Amino acid sequence: MRTEFINTLTRMAERDPRVTLMTGDLGFGVVQKFAERFPDQFLNVGVAEQNMTGLAAGAAMSGRIVFTYSIANFPTLRPLEQIRNDVAYHGANVVVVAVGGGMAYGALGASHHATEDLAVLRSLPGMTVIAPGDPVETTAAVEACCAGVGPCYLRLGRAGEPLVHEQPIDWRLGKAIVTREGDDATLISTGGMLHTAMQVAQRLSAEQSIELRVLSMHTLKPLDERAIATAAADTGAVFTLEEHSVIGGLGGAAAETLAENTDTPCVFKRFGLTSEFLREVGDQQHLIAAAGLDEETVSGRIAAALATSPAARLAA
Amino acid sequence: MQTLADHWLDADEVDDLAHRLRVHTVEMTHRAKSSHVGSSLSMAELLAVLYGRVLRIDPQNPEAPDRDRFILSKGHACAALYATLAERGFFPLSWLESFYHNGAKLPGHATAKGIPGIEVSTGSLGHGLPIATGMAWAAKKAGAMHRVYCLLSDGECDEGSNWEAALFAPHHLLGNLTVIVDYNKIQSLGHCDKVCSLEPFTDKWAAFGWRVESIDGHDTVAVERALRSAHEHAEQPTCVIANTVKGKGVSFMEDSLLWHYRTPQGEEYEAAMAELADRATRRAG
Repeated sequence: MRTEFINTLTRMAERDPRVTLMTGDLGFGVVQKFAERFPDQFLNVGVAEQNMTGLAAGAAMSGRIVFTYSIANFPTLRPLEQIRNDVAYHGANVVVVAVGGGMAYGALGASHHATEDLAVLRSLPGMTVIAPGDPVETTAAVEACCAGVGPCYLRLGRAGEPLVHEQPIDWRLGKAIVTREGDDATLISTGGMLHTAMQVAQRLSAEQSIELRVLSMHTLKPLDERAIATAAADTGAVFTLEEHSVIGGLGGAAAETLAENTDTPCVFKRFGLTSEFLREVGDQQHLIAAAGLDEETVSGRIAAALATSPAARLAA
Repeated sequence: MQTLADHWLDADEVDDLAHRLRVHTVEMTHRAKSSHVGSSLSMAELLAVLYGRVLRIDPQNPEAPDRDRFILSKGHACAALYATLAERGFFPLSWLESFYHNGAKLPGHATAKGIPGIEVSTGSLGHGLPIATGMAWAAKKAGAMHRVYCLLSDGECDEGSNWEAALFAPHHLLGNLTVIVDYNKIQSLGHCDKVCSLEPFTDKWAAFGWRVESIDGHDTVAVERALRSAHEHAEQPTCVIANTVKGKGVSFMEDSLLWHYRTPQGEEYEAAMAELADRATRRAG
């Protein structure tokens, strides 16, 4: 995703001199070409995320559209108050970009796992929160952000995420993408878990004739509440899948929507991280499996939930 | 651009403005029953010189792209800034009467929301300088001629974010950036040298690469000279350490931690107003 990010940003920066990239001294092999090509639109501020965020707000108030770039929690939780007061309160055109959302930096350990970022950023007034599902969505999201969308958080994976969308997509801010049609239940994912969600759907179809609708909820805020409500009405069961705490992220957001949507009660379950630090050491896939978010485990839990649902019991 | 430069005050008028800022500040904090009167009184001359003699801004066109930017990072002392802006014509003086009141325009920390002349909303310390630095960087890159000024409290220099920006600005040759520290020597829970000493303060800024001017912050001539001297250094930011007295102008508030918090009411309010009136009379005489 970071490749699509920098390639798209480069393309947009060429067209629009307002587009500016600031980094907190990270992005080796990613940002150098941009820096050489657009010296007046690039700034390595050093290892100083609070200053970076304040600088970005000041530059945005001066007419620029600024992307602040770092990894994991460094551009978000470290300067959180700057994001709240300087960026969000002022409605500044600053896009906070985190590479390595979730556990992409696996074996580097808990300091490098961004697993509460969506919940925290989502709670800030005026923030748009985006976590693209694959490289194609990343390109579309960066293009959208370059138009100036006000305060925004863009959570990316790292590199080499599989392509999910093989056909062109109609990516719109705040509109979930129906990535697979199905009537038996809906699996909503955000960020790079989209690929796993599609694998789960294929497995359940092949092995149990359960047809899942898959939604890519690339924009967590503003949330496509209508897509969630429609999924509940059409399929009677909604599951969420995210590489993030189950508190306050996609699962939390969907729960809020469904709890208030009493017209269509449905089966609902969140698949994500519990509110505990992982003690396991390993790469991203290892940690995802350890957390029970791998394709096989999620498939089993969805099948079990559907089998014991009130509707299933009635049918039996 | 029509600017305040077309209506610059003379020396006496600057002194008068500083005096009126003190009167407004005491009245505002009295009516509001609010804190931070001492923090406002210590910077009256700094604001009077900035808005009377230095800043190129236009009250009729407060968002003109080529205006100088002033950021009050010590947003808790906003009463004095609101008073300055009202005195200089950015909004009606009547707004000051409802400072802090329910449903009014002016809250207890500087806000840019709907207040002409306020560049940046502040209130949490350590935010103003990075933003000001971003504005200075953007201006320099754009080849713009305007300057950026940021007024800090001494206590907020405990915040690490300021020192991140302090490292950055000289490295990027931001001669268009001037920091002013209202060094009244008292922070939230005590004298700075007892809480977390800033000394040697001028040496610290100099070591970070700044031009430093250490002056009497109540001497309007010295303040103007220091601020103007910064204009001659295109590639080095300037830090003006303004040595001031907290609560300056009301004898029983001077150099007193209590008046960081205490609100002037009853006999104390009457005494403060009487003392300010007496000073004005003596100066006029």
